Amino acid sequence: MGYFAVKGGADAIQNSLELLDFYRLKNATSPLEIHQIVSQLRIAVGKIMSEGSLYAPEYAAIAIKQAEGDLLEAAFIIRAFRTTLERRFVSETLNTREMFVRRKISASFREIPGGQILGPSMDYSQRILDVKKAIETKDTIEQILKAFDDKIDKEKLAAITYHDKVIDLLNKDGLIQKANTDEDRRITDITREAIRFPAPRSARLQMMARSETGALMSMGYSSMRGFGSVHPTVGELRYGSVPVRIKDPRGRIRYIGAVEVTEAEMITGTKKHNDKGAALFSIGYGLCFGQNDTKVICMGILDTTLRNPDPSMPANDQEYVLYHSEGIEAMGFTNHLKLPHYVTFQSSLNNVREAVERNK
Amino acid sequence: MIEEKKFITQYRFAFIDEATKREIRRKLLKAIAIPGYQVPYSSPEMPIARGWGTGGLHVTLAIIGPKDIFKIIDQGSDASVNACNLRNFVQTMTGVETTLDTSKATIIQTRHRITEEVLKEDQIFVYQVPQPEPLRSVERYENKTRQMHGEADYAKMWVSLYEQFVRHGDIMLGAGYPVKVNGRYIMAPSPIPRWDIPNLNNSKAIHLFGAGREKRLYAVPPFTKVEPLEFEDVKFHIEDFKGTPCFRTGYKKAFLDELYYDDGSKHYVINDSNFLDKLVNKELPQQHENSYLNKLGNEA
Amino acid sequence: MKHNSENWLLKVEGLTKIYGNPTQTSIDKTGPLFDSNICPDSGSIVACAQIDFELYPGEVLGIVGESGSGKSTIVKMLYFDMEASGGQVSFNRDPYIGKNILNLSNQSKRAIRNHLMGMVYQNPRDGLNFRFTSGGNIAEKLIMAGNYNVGAIRDKSKQLLEKTEVPVPRLDDLPAHFSGGMQQRVQISKAIANHPPLLFLDEVTTGLDVSVQAKVLDLIRELQQELGVAMVVVSHDLSVIRMLTDRTLVMKNGRIVEKGLTDQILQDPQHPYTQLLVSSIL
Repeated sequence: MGYFAVKGGADAIQNSLELLDFYRLKNATSPLEIHQIVSQLRIAVGKIMSEGSLYAPEYAAIAIKQAEGDLLEAAFIIRAFRTTLERRFVSETLNTREMFVRRKISASFREIPGGQILGPSMDYSQRILDVKKAIETKDTIEQILKAFDDKIDKEKLAAITYHDKVIDLLNKDGLIQKANTDEDRRITDITREAIRFPAPRSARLQMMARSETGALMSMGYSSMRGFGSVHPTVGELRYGSVPVRIKDPRGRIRYIGAVEVTEAEMITGTKKHNDKGAALFSIGYGLCFGQNDTKVICMGILDTTLRNPDPSMPANDQEYVLYHSEGIEAMGFTNHLKLPHYVTFQSSLNNVREAVERNK
Repeated sequence: MIEEKKFITQYRFAFIDEATKREIRRKLLKAIAIPGYQVPYSSPEMPIARGWGTGGLHVTLAIIGPKDIFKIIDQGSDASVNACNLRNFVQTMTGVETTLDTSKATIIQTRHRITEEVLKEDQIFVYQVPQPEPLRSVERYENKTRQMHGEADYAKMWVSLYEQFVRHGDIMLGAGYPVKVNGRYIMAPSPIPRWDIPNLNNSKAIHLFGAGREKRLYAVPPFTKVEPLEFEDVKFHIEDFKGTPCFRTGYKKAFLDELYYDDGSKHYVINDSNFLDKLVNKELPQQHENSYLNKLGNEA
Repeated sequence: MKHNSENWLLKVEGLTKIYGNPTQTSIDKTGPLFDSNICPDSGSIVACAQIDFELYPGEVLGIVGESGSGKSTIVKMLYFDMEASGGQVSFNRDPYIGKNILNLSNQSKRAIRNHLMGMVYQNPRDGLNFRFTSGGNIAEKLIMAGNYNVGAIRDKSKQLLEKTEVPVPRLDDLPAHFSGGMQQRVQISKAIANHPPLLFLDEVTTGLDVSVQAKVLDLIRELQQELGVAMVVVSHDLSVIRMLTDRTLVMKNGRIVEKGLTDQILQDPQHPYTQLLVSSIL
């Protein structure tokens, strides 16, 4: 045992890491370039930024490459990387009304200010496997880009404006429920403290903003199917870039860049407040980095369900939804079962053997 | 473009940023001041997966200094793959000396075992904890378990032990047997076997517990009363190896691993790798003493 | 039973429960005279108010009224299942003498519940934990009173089951498999496990078959006589009140409209509402 055994473990790890590299590279293909991943796997990069909780497209791309496309791993790598970074500023609150909109739709009204803009979306594409993607060349790419460029009327580029939000219209008519003053409205930072339950809304939204998309999706779905109480309407869904500003040490507000976000405002009918007046609409909110309709829609559904705790509905149960949609923690703990448990098991073996003895 | 971006390659001593280290230390002091009480902490992500030792790492990296001597074991063994990985990480991030020798280490990080060799006054024992909440099996909500601890309302826990006795004739908890610390808090000692539980009581060393994924720290200071939950007539007992000797040393008083060889034969060997090494080299390491072990008599 | 005005066991003064945002006038503008619990100004609901009464050791007090009269609310507040909006409750037992038990810490309230009170709910699911055996449910009370000997706990539990006529072999069975009547008996065993001086019974036979009701009521009466425990019996059913109680409070719209000896109230009811109730006994 002793030194040999320890070296054995270390050697095993070393060999395993070498095998990882080998499996990734053994076909001697040309190396994936980071800007290719950023550019052509834009949605995956957005997902990693969102779940990794760090807006840095190139770093997200490196993580995707490092993880050989395992997006749970890649998000984990980015989260771990984030921990090493220094927090220098807290930005001013982002105002998504300032969004440079690339996509803007509403299911609540046929016509909305600025129109329904589909933007770059797969929604109405037909999911027929496009084998032509297998034979793309630099030339075919250039042709597509040139044809697109020819179609743009350069005169009209300057005409882009900001658009009113659909909920602003409903609010003007007094149809949206006022914020519930009983609700815990403290601003917390979930990366700086352990959240205790019931969690304030800021913590719930933060946790969901970095939740694993699939987990949120499954819980949002369950709410619509009877395991929860909410089947809302998309008030507005937007994707685009929003300016980010900070206050410099002299107190001046400075623009430092823009982030791409997807945002959803989900409208649900609600109970009367204090049993008085009319039953107004309430808004469930969703926001995340990158383009990700599914995540923000489900986040909006769950924002509403989590405000109405109900022990019989999993999607309305704060602790159930928030603890178990945290991808990095869930992946780590489920996989930890692979660690040796033989001592723990020996203890149980002992108990069961004694129980068998007693029953003889 | 990528080439123009600066990538951070230099890591500070012990990896974690100073503000977080300070937070962890303050919270550890609070934990020591209230033995057995779970202190919430920020628990930043680490390059190691959640559930694989981030809490233990947080504690170790917050308290370690350049002169410390570090040992790490997993299920009793220095050689276990995960222990090797974590040892490598700590060593790389701090440059400290590492050792396999229990008596030489100043900080020992462990996954699910206490060393057979006794711990001394200048040693700190750091546990990796998967589930810090001893009441989780009887109450799923953090909201409620927090209140139960605050009010010392442990009724449900006791009834579940009673029910186990009724159903199986004994309390069927294996590793991670719940204990009462300093007469006040019920604590999860991490999934150590029952064999190790008595060695928490009145120990000379400091015992620190880190649950990274669940974001809690707790502690048992030296010379603190730690009692396994038991009834007057249904008592706590350690695992019974029925006098089976270790097949390499003949020793009968240590926790044993059950091994299956290729030919199907079964052998028992001492689990604690360093303790085993010392016995094989005819050294006589000083073992923990407690009333449960003393009943087994001395065999070597 | 001599009622020396100082030897009460429990004294309730001004006990009140209001939901919503009450105003000064909420109590004045609700009650039996208004035939309503809802304050016309603020919309708040006055579940009960101005509740005053005393309970003497070994005495059985009935609280009768229809749904919404506030009778269950009173008992829920006294057992700390619900927070009171106001009032004073005094318990004549050390170390609580001279204190308003509504304002004690959660720990003190739990200690009172464990040692000095018992509660039997209408729905056994409220009083029993269905994941534990019937013995486990009783054990919970005994353990919380400081008994940590499994053998003694089981002996005591068996005695209690015998007393409440539950077959002793069912000690280790789950209550989910019992009939409604038997579940109530287990609840009763649990409630009297620590010999509390005070027992609350909230509509305990409502929802049971008539024949089962009669048996459970008989059992309760026997236990009361044997143990000398004071009881507060809540029911909408005057025949239950007649069978079990010494004195009665009649409630309407959250207020007491009449109180007195049960016999007298049944023979010679004074308040019009009481007269209505009495006249409708089958």
